[in-house]
Amino acid sequence: MNTSRKLNGSEILIQCLIEQGVDTIFGYPGGAILNVYDKLYDHKEIKHILTAHEQGASHAADGYARSTGKVGVCFATSGPGSTNLTTGVATAYMDSSPVVFITCNVNSDLIGRDSFQEVDITGVTLPITKCSYTVSKVEKLADTVREAFLIAKSGRPGPVLIDIQKNATSDECEYYPMTPDEYFSSNENRISRLKKTHHPSIGYPDIDLSAIDELAELIDKSEKPLLICGGGVVRAKASQEFRTLATRIDSPVAITVMGGGAFPGDSPLKTGMIGMHGSQASNMACDSCDLLIAVGCRFSDRVTLNPAGFAKNAKIVHIDIDASEINKNVKSDLSIVGDAKKILNLLLAKLKRDKKNDLWKDYVFSFKRETEYDDRTDETLTPKEILSSAAEILPQDTIVTTDVGQHQMWAIQHFKFDYPGQLITSGGFGTMGFGLGAAIGAQVGNPEKTVLHVTGDGSFRMNCNELCTEEYYKLPIITLIFNNSTLGMVRQWQHLIYKERYSQTTLDRSPDFTKLAEAYGVHGRKVTNVEMLRNVLTEAVNARKNGDNVGWVIDCKIDMDEMVRPMVGGNSFISEFMLY
Amino acid sequence: MQAKESNKNLKRYTIVTAMDNEAGVLSQLAHLFSRKGYNIETIAAGWTTDQNVTRFTIEIYSDDEKIKLLCNQLRKLVPIHYVEILDPSKSIRRELMLVRVKAADRASRNEIIQIGNIFRGSVIDITPDSITLSVTGDDQKTKAFEDLLKEFGIIELARTGIVAIERGEM
Repeated sequence: MNTSRKLNGSEILIQCLIEQGVDTIFGYPGGAILNVYDKLYDHKEIKHILTAHEQGASHAADGYARSTGKVGVCFATSGPGSTNLTTGVATAYMDSSPVVFITCNVNSDLIGRDSFQEVDITGVTLPITKCSYTVSKVEKLADTVREAFLIAKSGRPGPVLIDIQKNATSDECEYYPMTPDEYFSSNENRISRLKKTHHPSIGYPDIDLSAIDELAELIDKSEKPLLICGGGVVRAKASQEFRTLATRIDSPVAITVMGGGAFPGDSPLKTGMIGMHGSQASNMACDSCDLLIAVGCRFSDRVTLNPAGFAKNAKIVHIDIDASEINKNVKSDLSIVGDAKKILNLLLAKLKRDKKNDLWKDYVFSFKRETEYDDRTDETLTPKEILSSAAEILPQDTIVTTDVGQHQMWAIQHFKFDYPGQLITSGGFGTMGFGLGAAIGAQVGNPEKTVLHVTGDGSFRMNCNELCTEEYYKLPIITLIFNNSTLGMVRQWQHLIYKERYSQTTLDRSPDFTKLAEAYGVHGRKVTNVEMLRNVLTEAVNARKNGDNVGWVIDCKIDMDEMVRPMVGGNSFISEFMLY
Repeated sequence: MQAKESNKNLKRYTIVTAMDNEAGVLSQLAHLFSRKGYNIETIAAGWTTDQNVTRFTIEIYSDDEKIKLLCNQLRKLVPIHYVEILDPSKSIRRELMLVRVKAADRASRNEIIQIGNIFRGSVIDITPDSITLSVTGDDQKTKAFEDLLKEFGIIELARTGIVAIERGEM
């Protein structure tokens, strides 16, 4: 038995984080969380990244989690500190990213009295966390932290919030060290009940083996299969198994926004993105396949559009860790609930034979899998030129984070992602302003890699204050701004659907992004043609090689009327393209 | 509620669930129902044999597919122990209703007490102007009782909400 020590709550919190292997925290201090920060002062082995704003910290912890596969940790104080996290919490929740958010609240005796900087953040985050906790007594703290980490990373991962009342950070109690394994096997906590009842928050349900047999049978009969690679393949670390399945059954593979990286971008089986801005090959394949196997995908409305006609000729098979996703958006003919890696392994063992579907593939790949954007010769860059240059000049394993809008779709369409965690984007919540914070988290978690932050002028304006974090911690992030002086995606809808009434989307305003970058102490460049861009990117790569760890902001001028193609209107059928 | 009842696809379901007995679980539960667009028709809660576990009986209108989704969503809540939908033919549903009725003269007092006897209700308070009765039963029985008392003038009425339990195996 490990010996106990009497410690105060703040020290217990830090000890529990160390138990979990935490070495990096993103956060922002304040009154209620002062005790914790005071203890952190003694623990130089934990790296704390101080951001400009709590929202930046929340996205950074999320980006760190997505790019490293570890649980991200984010600190904030009570009141506005905690509510500033909420967009980041929701972003992590919608994309199933494991982050533990730790906030402190006012003293227990001040709770409920509208005290200074008091807010019920546990209540606020109820619908956007896997679980949110209030800790009012120090005795409850250690097990709550252990439970929170376990829940965040188990089953379908997701964010968890712990709100600790200030007295619980200063009061003392006995602290018994415990490894995550010891905690998991102990019978004296809530986890033992969750284990016993196969609770979905921590567990993997027993896989229905008869459904695996049935799926093997369906695959055997199918002549026109289509696989959908969803974010669950990334989270379950099942990309290897997924690749093997695709190859053995010779099936085209459509990739969702969240699935980017889980299937090789240069595979001949890849049809591209699916859905609203899906490739013609993906969407047409979906329309005429006879068997659709979706792995770790929740059939969001951006993928299925009108669910009534989705994969109308196919048997739909849904593989997901979360039973509440089955039949939520699209009714499936067969569903298998469980861990994608285990299910795919079981399935691979049951496949009757390897298949060849040349006729079907000829049909699918007669449609374009990549959008052919026009080349321009005038004084503006095209999205294609920017992304081709970046893909060519930056290292192949560059981590790409994006904001939300046209640039996001262009980047996902264009880059050929190779490994899970290479693409970090806000797919479900669509959070503008996510990208820079996420890039900071990704760069902190992957110091050896190049991190490219693709953004638009609208998104970048939202959280560009985090340039100071990038500068201070010497994070050589390369930011590419697709600057069209407009909220491009909204403008695209106004152009196509709202009769060119560009209400409040034109951003003909400051700042000058290069001057802004310089004010923050990072390199700022404005580029108007390919040659300039290529030179700056080469300069950035060389600077990094020479030990210059200063970030880059590259302001790329693009045309205001450039659109993301193809496009299917919301609630249309997936093959009804309004733009090709 | 009437609009819902007129929709033929919707049925009344009895959901039974047990949760850790701690602060905030009711709001987690209630929040999930409202988030998914449900109105809780009745809810009743109390400890079980274990004081650390609270058992809820909840009745809502839904359909066979949506109710399964809802139950799977409920099962994801960490404090939840189990979620079951009770089969009406294999379960017992009861609620307690308290009702205070105007009873200013002897004739109405007698009649109210007789109605109460027929419903196996009991008189729990009597004043010169009113009688308070309690009655136990499913929602049909309490509704019938309420309808019969209406003509005397109901001053106040309170229901506990349905509690339900499965019948034993035969």
